[in-house]
Amino acid sequence: MSRRGDWVYENNGGTCVAIAGADYCVVAADTRLSVGYSILTRDHSKICELADKCVLASSGFQGDIKALHKNLSARELLYQHQHNKRMSCPAMAQLLSNTLYYKRFFPYYAFNVLGGLDSEGKGCVFTYDAVGSYERTGFSAQGTGSTLIMPVLDNQLKSPSPLLLPARDAVTPLSESEAVDLVKDVFASATERDIYTGDKLEIVVINKAGTKREYIDLRKD
Amino acid sequence: MFRNQYDTDVTTWSPAGRLFQVEYAMEAVKQGSACVGLRSRTHAVLAAANKAASELSSHQRKVFRVADHAGVALAGLTADGRVLSRFLRSECINHAFVYDAPLPVSRLALRLADKAQVCTQRSWKRPYGVGLLVAGLDESGAHLYYNCPSGNYFEYQAFAIGSRSQAAKTFLERRFEGYNDYTPDQLIRDALSAIKETLQGEKLTSSNCTVAIVGRKDDGTVEPFESIDGKKIQEIIDSMEAAEEAPPPPAAAPAAGAGAAESSSMQEEDKGTDAVPMDI
Repeated sequence: MSRRGDWVYENNGGTCVAIAGADYCVVAADTRLSVGYSILTRDHSKICELADKCVLASSGFQGDIKALHKNLSARELLYQHQHNKRMSCPAMAQLLSNTLYYKRFFPYYAFNVLGGLDSEGKGCVFTYDAVGSYERTGFSAQGTGSTLIMPVLDNQLKSPSPLLLPARDAVTPLSESEAVDLVKDVFASATERDIYTGDKLEIVVINKAGTKREYIDLRKD
Repeated sequence: MFRNQYDTDVTTWSPAGRLFQVEYAMEAVKQGSACVGLRSRTHAVLAAANKAASELSSHQRKVFRVADHAGVALAGLTADGRVLSRFLRSECINHAFVYDAPLPVSRLALRLADKAQVCTQRSWKRPYGVGLLVAGLDESGAHLYYNCPSGNYFEYQAFAIGSRSQAAKTFLERRFEGYNDYTPDQLIRDALSAIKETLQGEKLTSSNCTVAIVGRKDDGTVEPFESIDGKKIQEIIDSMEAAEEAPPPPAAAPAAGAGAAESSSMQEEDKGTDAVPMDI
């Protein structure tokens, strides 16, 4: 495939998913890093814990993603020093949006899903495009497998429309373990048909007790 | 002090080769309330005597966390100190961003000293009126530096600055030789005793002192720079006073062993209690 000489991006593939519950949030991403039709590594984390109740999963160009995660971590540390507390998830959501739009004319090639608990302890998920447009939702999928996963989540999580009045809660009534099982199932399905998704699945669950991490094997082909 | 024809600005030398404005800035440090710092091979402790402007106000915060691995205690113009703490924090963050490693404490002290020096060589600036005790942990162990308004800095095993600090220095001079092998708990006790010397008769309680510690435990885990909770400090003060009334402990070896066991159980408790909030 011939590319322009000045194409500075590369898609390293992968898929990220997040689901918000009443008092928990599940953020998951596969661990495969690819370029073209090759696999670079089967063991690369796309998830970054930015604050104790806030986790970011990004897929896309890993060079930009690493820089973006570093940038946000440094800003969070500065926030900690200035405000004497860690950044809340909604605050980080706005910061991420601003950081992405800052590079509107040379974007971060990163498709982000931010998950965590808001200041009331309820699960929240924020989903982004590459230039910072974002929305708080009950669940989201981004990355190469997102088109395979999103319809399944729509079907299973039946989130009410954000256009309805009075505003309905977007979070799912499922329990934490049910949500984790759903995540495992959708990733197994996406792995079947998306060549860039597979190897291992990293699942991070945030609830009021803290953060838990789990790894599940996926198909390696 | 003395009125002088060579002390109008910082860029004027006196015939004796002195910069009076810089020396006057060092006087400002002596006016601030006392701070002490001490270190062992693996831990560094900072303690400050809290002074409130009046009974109605809260006391000034003198101990600031600069990074997970370092913090400062200051004496003098606390406003200058706050600004310098903000500078040190951003230096540490920038270094970690570029090199993915904590800024070594000696380099941190150097950056601070260079910043202070600039103010001694510009006619439109004045020296910072604050002395800082910089304590931190890096690959080569725990360190304690004193940075003065002149731009000089020195490494110390133990030091005290501020008003009535001479009493604390005398206390530390008698005991510093053993500090390298002290347990964190022993360091904290000596820091509190040194602060007590500066209070000169006033009773030492957890509300008129702040203590912070940073270090690496025997198993290699790092204890990040954190102020010790007021309740814990009060317990230590109470036990120190009880020990003074009781007969002195027997040999040094069993006491050190008991001290180490005590300190590790205290550290577990420390994780449970909430850290004292940092000042902005």
